[in-house]
Formats: sequence, C-alpha cells, structure tokens
Amino acid sequence: METALSSTPIREGKRWQKTMLELCSNPLTLSGLVIVGILVFTAIFAPVLAPYDPQRIDTYHILEAPSSAHLLGTDGLGRDCLSRLIFGARISLLVGFVAVGIATAVGTVLGALAGYYGKWVDSVIMRFVDIMLCFPTIFLIMAVIAFLEPSIWNIMIVIGLTGWMGVARLVRAEFLSLKKRDFVLASRICGASDLQIVFGEILPNAIAPILVSATLGVGGAILTESALSFLGIGVQPPTPSWGNMLTEGKDNLEIAWWLSVFPGLAILVTVLGYNLLGEGLRDFFDPRKKR
Amino acid sequence: MGFISFLLKRILGLVPTFFGITLISFFVMHLAPGEPMSLQADFNPKMTPEMRQRLRAQYGLDKPLYVQYAKWLKGLVHLDLGRSFSPDRRKVWDKISERLPVTILINFLSMLLILAVSIPLGVRAAVRENSLFDQVTTVLVFLAYAAPAFWVALLLMLLFGIEWNLLPVSGLHSLMGYDQMGLFEKVLDWSKHLILPVFVSAIGGLAGFSRYTRSSMLEVLRQDYITTARAKGLPERVVIYRHALRNALLPFITILGLSIPGLIGGSVIFESIFAIPGVGQLMWSAVMARDYPVLMGNLVIVAILTLLGNLLADVGYAAVDPRIRTGLQEQE
Amino acid sequence: MCRGSVSSFFQILFFLAFFIHFSQDCLAEEDIVKEERPVYGDAIVVGSIGDASNLIPMLATDATSHEIAGLIYNGLVKYDKDLNLVGDLAKSWEIKRGGKEIVFHLRKGVRWQDGVPFTSKDVLFGFKTITDPKTPTAYAGDFLEVEKAEAPDPYTFRVIYKEPFAPALSSWGDIVVLPEHLLKGKDITKSDLVRHPVGLGPFKFRLWKTQERIDLDANPDYFDGRPYLDRYIMRIIPDPATMFMELKAGGLDWMGLSPVQYKRQTNTPFFRKNFRKYRYLSFSYTYLGYNLRHPFFKDKRVRQAISYAIDKKEIIRGVLLGLGVVATGPYKPDAWFYNPNVKRYPYDPKRARRLLAEAGWKDIDGDGILDKDGIPFSFTVLTNQGNSLRDKTAQIIQYRLRQVGLEMKIRQLEWTAFINDFIDKRRFEAVILGWTLGQDPDIFDIWHSSKTGSKQLNFIGYENKEVDRLLVLGRRTFDREKRKEIYYRIQEILAEDQPYTFLYVPMALPIIHARFHGIKPAPAGISYNFIRWWVPKNEQKYIIP
Repeated sequence: METALSSTPIREGKRWQKTMLELCSNPLTLSGLVIVGILVFTAIFAPVLAPYDPQRIDTYHILEAPSSAHLLGTDGLGRDCLSRLIFGARISLLVGFVAVGIATAVGTVLGALAGYYGKWVDSVIMRFVDIMLCFPTIFLIMAVIAFLEPSIWNIMIVIGLTGWMGVARLVRAEFLSLKKRDFVLASRICGASDLQIVFGEILPNAIAPILVSATLGVGGAILTESALSFLGIGVQPPTPSWGNMLTEGKDNLEIAWWLSVFPGLAILVTVLGYNLLGEGLRDFFDPRKKR
Repeated sequence: MGFISFLLKRILGLVPTFFGITLISFFVMHLAPGEPMSLQADFNPKMTPEMRQRLRAQYGLDKPLYVQYAKWLKGLVHLDLGRSFSPDRRKVWDKISERLPVTILINFLSMLLILAVSIPLGVRAAVRENSLFDQVTTVLVFLAYAAPAFWVALLLMLLFGIEWNLLPVSGLHSLMGYDQMGLFEKVLDWSKHLILPVFVSAIGGLAGFSRYTRSSMLEVLRQDYITTARAKGLPERVVIYRHALRNALLPFITILGLSIPGLIGGSVIFESIFAIPGVGQLMWSAVMARDYPVLMGNLVIVAILTLLGNLLADVGYAAVDPRIRTGLQEQE
Repeated sequence: MCRGSVSSFFQILFFLAFFIHFSQDCLAEEDIVKEERPVYGDAIVVGSIGDASNLIPMLATDATSHEIAGLIYNGLVKYDKDLNLVGDLAKSWEIKRGGKEIVFHLRKGVRWQDGVPFTSKDVLFGFKTITDPKTPTAYAGDFLEVEKAEAPDPYTFRVIYKEPFAPALSSWGDIVVLPEHLLKGKDITKSDLVRHPVGLGPFKFRLWKTQERIDLDANPDYFDGRPYLDRYIMRIIPDPATMFMELKAGGLDWMGLSPVQYKRQTNTPFFRKNFRKYRYLSFSYTYLGYNLRHPFFKDKRVRQAISYAIDKKEIIRGVLLGLGVVATGPYKPDAWFYNPNVKRYPYDPKRARRLLAEAGWKDIDGDGILDKDGIPFSFTVLTNQGNSLRDKTAQIIQYRLRQVGLEMKIRQLEWTAFINDFIDKRRFEAVILGWTLGQDPDIFDIWHSSKTGSKQLNFIGYENKEVDRLLVLGRRTFDREKRKEIYYRIQEILAEDQPYTFLYVPMALPIIHARFHGIKPAPAGISYNFIRWWVPKNEQKYIIP
C-alpha cells in the first residue's frame, strides 16, 4: 500500500500547508474540522467561557426555561445548563480521547506484535481478538463498571480496553504488508534491532490508518459514555458529562425540553464532527485517490 | 471435498475460541470485588456464620475457582448453566431461552432494515461519488449514528405514541385481548409494537453499512471487468446491480457476522426504554443484582451465538467464493 | 421496624416511586365519591419499575414481589385503615401470661385457592418454615423470639414467647402463612409456588410473563367478599420516562409519581379530567449516617456541625419539591410515638463552623478545606445507584458542606456491592440511605449495641448504654403510654447524639385513573381497601370475558 506520508519529507512547513489545504477542500471534512476545533477550544477555555460555576446549586430556581440569566435554562437542582454543557465538553472529550488513546495503544502494540512476529504470536493474539469480538462490548463494560466504581477513570479504561480489537487488526494488516517492503529489509540488513524496525521504520508508515480509526473512535466512545449514563453507570454527577445531562433530561422531556435537547445536540454534533473528520482523513490518506 | 475439509478446519478452529469465551465470561465475573452471595443472605441480622457457610456450599462458592469453572463448563455443555442467585432460583437457561427469541427477532428485523436502506444508499453514493446526494446521505447516516439511541427513542415515543397517538408507547403486544386475536391481527399487533424498537435499533447501524457499501462499490467500479462490461455496451443498471454490486457485497457476509454483538449490545438500551423483555434487560438486571450465573450464562450464550454467526458467515462466504477455501486467505 | 430489614432497604432503594403500602396522613387532592352502588368488572393496570422475583412472601426481598404476594396471601392479622391491628385470618385472639402467650382463633370455612381448607396446620407449617435455618428468608427475626408454637386443633393456633415481646402480634402478617399441602417435604426455594402462587387472598394468580407483566384474577370465593375489579395487571416498565408516557397514552391506570411529575407534569386539563392524584407521607425516612468508628465522626460536635451545615428545607424544596417533611429522628411525625420536642438542627453554617473549630478543625493551609493535625477533612459518602432523589440529596449536601470547609465526595454503588463490600465490611465513612418504618416503635436491631457485628443493622456502630436499656425495656412493655415515654427518651438521645443526620420523610405520590371509585384515603394510605375499588358500568375500559 502506498502511503501518503512517505518516509522522507522534504520541507515540513510547506507540506503541512498543503495537507491542510487538501483536507479542507472537502466541505464535509472542513465542517468536521471546524466542529472538533470549536469543541477543543470550548473544553480548554471552559472556566473562562462558562457564565456560572457549573456546580452551583440554587433550589429556588430549578427547571427554569432559558432566559437572559440562564441562556440554556437550569437543571433539576437549579444549576446553569450552559455552564454545565461547557464543562461537560471537557469531560466528554476527555472520555473520548483517553478511551481511544488506550484502545489505540493496546491495539497498536498487539497488532504490531502479531503482524511483525507472525507465527504463533500472531495466532494467539488474533485468536484473542476473535474472542473479544464475540462479546457485545456494552455487556462487558456494564459487568465490569457495575462491579468497580463508575469513576471517570474506570469508565475511560474499560471503554478503552474493550475497543482495541479493530485497531489491532488494522495494524497487523499494515505490518504484514510493510514488513516485506524494501526499506524494512534494508534496515534489517544494516543490523537494526526489532524495536528500531518496529518503531523507527514500520510504525510511522502505518500511522495514517491508526489516526483515522482513532478519530472515528472518539465519537464512539462519547456515545458509549452516554449509553452508560443512561444505565446510571456513566460519569457520576455532580461532574457534568453530556451523557449524564441527557439522562437527567430524559425524565423531564415534556416540561424541560432544554435539559435534553442541548446535551443531545452537543453529542450529535460532536460525534458527527469526529466522523466527518475521520472519513475525510481516510479519503485523504487513501492512495487510490492519488492517481 | 475441499469444502468439507475447510468446514472441519473452521469448526476445529472454533474450539479454542469457545474456551476463550468461557474463560473470559467466567473470570470477568469473579474478578469483581466481594463475593457473589445471594441477596437474602446479606444484611440479615439473624444470619449466623454457619448459615452463611451452608449457603456458600449450596452455591458451590466454597470450592477453588478452577473447580467452580470446571463444574460450570461441564454444565454448559448440557445447557445447564446453574440456577439464578435471585430469589426465584430459576434455571439460568430457562431465563435466557425465554428471552432470546424476542431479542433475536428484533435484531434480525433491524438488520434487514439496515440492509434494505443502506445498500441502495451506498450504491447510489458510490455511483455518484462526491455529488450532492453523496454528501447529504453521508451527513444523514452519520447523524443517525451520532444520536444517542435512548434519546431518539424517547422523542419518537413522544411523537408517535402521545402527540399523534399512532403507535403504542411500549411493550410487545396489546394489554388485553391479544389471545383472542386471529393470526393476521396478531401479526399486525406485533408489527405496531415493533416499529419503533426496530427503527431505533437500526438507525445506528446505517452509517457503518452504507459507508461500507460505498467504499466497496467504489473499489469494484475501478476494476477492469466493470470497464469491460461497460465497454460491451451493457446498460449501466445491469453493470452496477448485476456485476458490481454482487462482488462488492461479498465481503459483506463477514461484516454481518461481526456486527451481531454490537446489535445485541444495543438491546440493553432499547429494551429497557421500550419495556421489552429480552436478553438485554436480563443482562442489565443481572448486573444490578450481581446474579453471577445469569451474567455468565448471558455473556457466554451471546458470544457463542456470535461465534456461530461468524461460522455461518465464513461458510457462506466460502460457498460463494472458492478462493477462500483453497487457503489463499492465509497469504493475504 | 425490624420486620423485613432487607426488604426495607430495597423498598426505599429502587422503589420509592412505587411505595404505597402502610402509609399515614393522607391528603387526597380530591375525594368526592358519591354514594353509589358498586358494580363488578374492569381491570386495573399498575406500572412497576422492577419485576417481581419470588411470589412466596417470606422469600421475597423486593417491593414488587411483596406488592403482588400481598394480594394473594393473607396473614392472621392486618392493619386497618387507621393502622389498628385487626383480625384477618384470625377471627380473634387472646394475649395471656403478661404477653408471653398468644392464642389465635382462626376463621372457619376459608379455603386455599385450590380448594383445600385452611387450618392452623398451615400457620404452624409457615412458622416452622420461616424459622428453619435452611429457608433463605430475611424475616425470621421476630419469629426466633418464639419458644413454642402449636396447633391444638384446626382452628386454634398458640405461640409462647421466651419473654414478653411487644411487637409479637403484629409479626403474624401475610409473611408467615403457607399452604402446607403444597409445600410439605419440598425444597421451598425450588417450589412451583415461587412463580405460581396459591394463596387465600382476594386475588388469584393468572400469569407471569417475566419482565413484562403479572396478571391476577379476582378470587370469587374470597372470605371477605370478591373484589369488584375482575383483574389486576402489573406491567413492568423499567424506564421512568417511558412509564409516564405510557400513563399518558392510556396504557397504565396507576403508578407512583416523582415529585417533578406530581408538581409540574400532571396539572394539565388532560390529567385533571382523567386522573386523581394522592399524596401522603410514606413510611420511610432518608438519612446521612456516619461510621462512628471513623476518627472524623467520633466527635459528637462534628456530627452536630454537619447537621447544622445541611439545610434540610433546601433538600425538601429542591429534591422533593416540597413533597415531604424534615425528619428529626427515626420516626415519622404522625406516629403516636413521635416526639416533636427533640433538639433540632436548623440551617446555621456559622454555628457549624464554630462547632468544627471547637473540635479542632481549622483551615490552616488556606485551601478552603478544614484540617486538623495536617489531615484535611475530606470524606466519601456512599449511596446506592438508581435513586435520583438520593443522588440529588447527596449533591446538595456536598455543595453545602463545601461552604463550611468540608470536602465530601459522592460515590454511587450498585446495591449488592454496597452492602457486601462496604456496609458489611464497615468500609465506609458516611452513607446516605433510608429505612422503611413499621407500625411498631421497636428499633432494637438498628440501634442496640449488640447489633453492631458484621452483617447486622447497627452498621454505623452506635453504642449508648441508656439507649440499649430503653430498647430492651420497650420490647418488653405492652402499655402504650409507658412505651411512648420510653421511645420519647430514645428520640431525645438520638437527636442530641446525631449518629445520623436525619434528613427527610418523603411523600408517596400515587396517581390513579379517575374511573376507579371507592378510593378513600386514610392514615394507612389508599390501598388498604383495594378490593372495594370499582368502576361504573359505563366507564369500564377492559371487558374480561
């Protein structure tokens, strides 16, 4: 497979510019990029952007409709929904990033091992992948989280540890094809160690599909967190996550639409953004497009 | 000949996977802190240590872990998964088997719906790559994927069940008079109740499948034989639907097998929203009650179903594509 | 109160929304029932969050199972609408030898639903079963006080207690009577009756579709008269939002509302026309309990400070939307043994800070959290999952405690883990939980110092010599006035010691379709006369063939 990121770039700056331009040429990818950008910005500057302390309780003003004082209304304990939504961006993105980070790390290592060493290592790891793929991940997550503490760290770890199989398969396939290529053989002849070959030669060339799958995975992790919240084992209040806000909102759907509509839209737009970006990246890295 | 030996090889290959599944199911449950004791034993002021010991023995919890595992595995082969820890003490298999049909039915229907919608969408999107249609459907299917299922379900219930009063809100069939209905009426009754759950469980899957069809189609359309077919002057419809689609959908069979667990996992959410007594709800209530036998039974049965699904997919694939069974796949 | 300790936890836990049994202080929104002639027919559809688990009352641990089993089984005695003990299967009884002996005279001509006559043998069998250590029941406690039980003739049942036992009579409710002819010599846990009960009560079991519905039919031969309604249907709908929509769509006739639903979602013309709402104090209270072995909470002043720092009225306003009252002790305000004059803890953060300072807690490092000997006052409160009222309560407490410089973390736990790994092993600092209240003031199991062992109910480790003495005395005393004095004093001591910060007594908020007539709210709640509810012919919705 030809990879877009060939091994010896000439001028970093110029190439970066070109890459961005090319990425943004697709309106869908561009909108994905913009959405993700806005989110990351919101998450980083949450304390500056939020008009109130997201945990400030005011029982005299519960379930108030959006007004000039509370742009997105208040929740069941009188907390400002806008502020919670803004801080929720932090939590939801954190869950997405860390969970996907774990999944990617585990998947890459196992996939690389399987693909590079082949033989019995490959058989064992791929059998393990097959086994894990037989379980509905949500069942495993439920079982584990319900027994452990549903702390935000546990949630991220468990989502990550049940989501690495796709990455592993991907990386393995890349390694299988890359390890036979000339530049790998060359460095082996020059006496490079396995570690050097894996990290120095093969992995950089396999980064594109990993990046794509990670981007798509963030959206999935955010959705999984919201499903866990629905079951009551997601991120626990008072820490706001979009998932637990949406869950609180569902019980008041008819009298307080703002409680579920805004977090729902936030999840919708975010997941959409990551998916558009991921698809864009996939197209971008697709060698067949560069005829 | 080749086919049968391929089949045998595949089935043999399932054995270690099967053991892996049982091992994971068993040990995930036993990793949990604390011990699985029945609820009635707990928090009872009159419960003496001897009584607890007797209860533990009754549940086989006093034996070492590997003995428990061996015993459980032996039972599993006979579909005897032990008895539930919940106060009803029913057989786990009874609990699971009475709920499986509903879950399988809904997932089957939603799979049909997914295929019926996503394949034509994907094909059109591929044929008209980067057109407005392509872009709009891309956004739409991703939106469907991105919406949390329980939220969509509630909004639809509000709309169809309450505002327009067209469909029942929850449950599987009408509360009264279901038994007196004729066959046609029964089917109609079921359908009315199943529309929303099937729809909700399907929309999340549209994105994956339609995107898959699209990319697979794009690949096939670049192949030489398509160019040849076009050059021969065959109508575009025939080229696309007869020649291209057939080849593009071949790998689909495998994807179908792999998507079973995801669908069943989704049941947890929509079964509890729509009050449907299926496997997902059973799993959830078992988790909440720490009903270990039911939990393990559920995990293992669903995983084995997936395993069988995958096997069927493999066999189906091999039946249509002879390259697979001659072992070419190994060199991929 | 100690009757059904496990179930009490459960009931409050998952089923607050559906808690109607044994309740006092009914304030019906509307109670205009013209005197009409009741007619038979129609069915009632009740919503429940959870499925039943076991329909043999002594084996059941959850509210739904008791709800259903209560309609199928009867006891020797029951509470009437004013919470007086009256005969049920027992026509009358005699209390002899200073309370050590009770002789029940049973009704004649009562038959089990399979036609076999009911006799005192069934009571004796039930008693033997519940006290058999092999029976996995949570309700054996009161029956272990019995020295001897016998059935001298088919319609007489006699029990002799080791010592006089005040809660004795009330313990002979529907938990203990079982059909001997169906169960004798069998393993009760694997009996058919678990899922196909045969009782003596107003309703007969019809069908149970797991996690879907349970149907009961009126028992035409019920000794107290056939119920007017032909059928009782319980639908299991796990999601509260779905349940409410189902109510609106006409699929449910009776459910428990949440405070928000009661206050904000059911005031539309549609609801006023089609439904009646009721509210009354439920027989339960919610509290913040401290592990008294923990160095933070050993000091009474710290506990008192926390009680001052929590604004209980704020919790009632924010969480219950006003539908509840402040709890001042382990009883609800309308019980005859409730002492209204105990020490109270109004919201007073200044006083809280002062008490904490007296106890040596000061913010020395200036991080906003009080510390002592270099240890910051930071603790974790445990509560159970799936109870949104408790969850909100915890969040309000957390917010208020932070303002007086205490850091409280909230950890929600799945129920079994909560009990097994944390409560039983004493691995907790503080908890937010609730107790269900009985009709008897006896609270021995929760507060006596002999009950602090593993798996026992005094898990906070409360020890007070005077309370110990009074609790024993209270159990042995039959005279109402004397008992009242004893429990008044206990409440005073508990109020001073604050081993719990008593938070609130919530209200039960049932809503019932307007076509049902005959609902008469009373101190016992509304369901005490369920078998007398009826629907006029022209309003009947479900025709039962």
